[in-house]
Amino acid sequence: MLEYDIVVIGGGPAGLAAAIKAKDNGIDSILVLEREVKLGGILNQCIHNGFGLHTFKEELTGPEYAQRFIDMVSERNIEYKLNTMVLDITKDKMITAVNGDDGILIIKAKAIILAMGCRERPRGAINIPGSRSAGIYTAGTAQKFVNIDGYMPGRQVVILGSGDIGLIMARRMTLEGAKVKAVVELMPYSSGLRRNIAQCLDDYNIPLKLSHTIIDIKGKERVEGVTIAQVDKNRKVIKGTEEYIPCDTLLLSVGLLPENELSRKASVELSKITGGPIVDDNLETNIDGIFACGNVLHVHDLVDYVTEESYHAGEEAAQYVKGRVKAVKKTEIEVSGGVRYSVPKYVNPDNINNFVNVRFRVDTTYKDVFVSVYFDQVRVMHIKKRVMAPGEMETVKLTKSMFEVHKDVSKILIRLEEE
Amino acid sequence: MEIRELVCIGCPVGCSLKVTLQDGKALKVNGNNCKIGEQYGINECTNPKRIVTSTVAVEGGEERVVPVKTEKDIPKGKIFDVIEELKKIKMKAPVYISDIVIENVSGTGVNIIATKNNKKI
Repeated sequence: MLEYDIVVIGGGPAGLAAAIKAKDNGIDSILVLEREVKLGGILNQCIHNGFGLHTFKEELTGPEYAQRFIDMVSERNIEYKLNTMVLDITKDKMITAVNGDDGILIIKAKAIILAMGCRERPRGAINIPGSRSAGIYTAGTAQKFVNIDGYMPGRQVVILGSGDIGLIMARRMTLEGAKVKAVVELMPYSSGLRRNIAQCLDDYNIPLKLSHTIIDIKGKERVEGVTIAQVDKNRKVIKGTEEYIPCDTLLLSVGLLPENELSRKASVELSKITGGPIVDDNLETNIDGIFACGNVLHVHDLVDYVTEESYHAGEEAAQYVKGRVKAVKKTEIEVSGGVRYSVPKYVNPDNINNFVNVRFRVDTTYKDVFVSVYFDQVRVMHIKKRVMAPGEMETVKLTKSMFEVHKDVSKILIRLEEE
Repeated sequence: MEIRELVCIGCPVGCSLKVTLQDGKALKVNGNNCKIGEQYGINECTNPKRIVTSTVAVEGGEERVVPVKTEKDIPKGKIFDVIEELKKIKMKAPVYISDIVIENVSGTGVNIIATKNNKKI
């Protein structure tokens, strides 16, 4: 049996940042477990630019951003194992993993940082009717084929869902010579970043069909075409709006799911809304000494925020190993009026050194609204927002002084208000 | 006077910009939260530019392609010229981050550089 102070599950941006910060906070016994052949996670296939503006004040591509963290891990001699699949974790922080060199590994950790990321919703999760022909991929799979393996998955493409990976792939496939005929979105708005609509679709005149869905896929061996149709307010197909689009490839960009099978095995309590663990302001789950950060906690739209969050998790895990006691006093953060969830879900007022960032998403698009934060009945924050959309994660910063003024706060509420 | 509405692509915040134009000249930019937005608003209405990212074939490396980018943004109208040039190239492993892949691509005065390490196998 191996023993480590901190074991980090996942060597993507979240896991690497957490490991780096744990090391910088005085923990030497750290192991990162990664199932892929390389560190860096999904960033390795995200070759577009736009990463790192917050973290490094410059615009990097995914692989460049990842490499900076891989270098920091090497400089600090942090141990890691590649090609290693974690099979099980328990609430007593026993980890079972397997790889080709070591066989089965049993590892005992004082603290675990969950950083497994998320995965794409596949076709099976959304019930599209039609043939089970070849040529249907998730956008991320297509991205790996093109950007890492150097293969084009098709030439005539329709994309279902307007998540960021779908938008990025619409441009990528176009640059590689494919014809992207349409991006079809069920909702009346895109879940992707607005900049990606502008620079990935508008730049290349790729039509975005909002309030549309795919109602049939034609083709026995290979996709030959899809039938799309408009939907009404209740997302029901409007008869007579059907349109057939010939294509050989259908890409799905229909959402990401935090990958929490392992968390469940350790009895970590999960949120029904985010699909990720419920955590306090230390990013600690309901299980003592198990922390979570990055897309396994909730799906982010910016890796910079993943890094920031994961630094925090690494720091807190280090404090835990050094003997910090789990927070007992907890104030719940409630959400309403258009706010779907918050991460963290609990804060411990005595614990806040400087500030705590609370991230959240809204349920639909809004114009000219206010984000309000209440400490019990008192409104402590009231910020005007010109545009809000579910695709864009929001942050409110709760400061130490707010908690000093409202010493016995029993409930914090975040909501949207019209005025 | 004409007002053009844009979404800034300078960073993922995606500010809604309003650019006031007169005789093809950008007079002022509203709605931006930083200098990048102001510059983007002006450029987009006068000389739109983009960073281009793609891949180039690699021989003898751990992966068949290496991702690349234009070191700076290039005129939007040159994007497909750049892509054509990239398709003609085959590099030999190893390739390292920041290696120059093409100098002065398509006469833009901008270099193409590698954005990932690709070790020799």
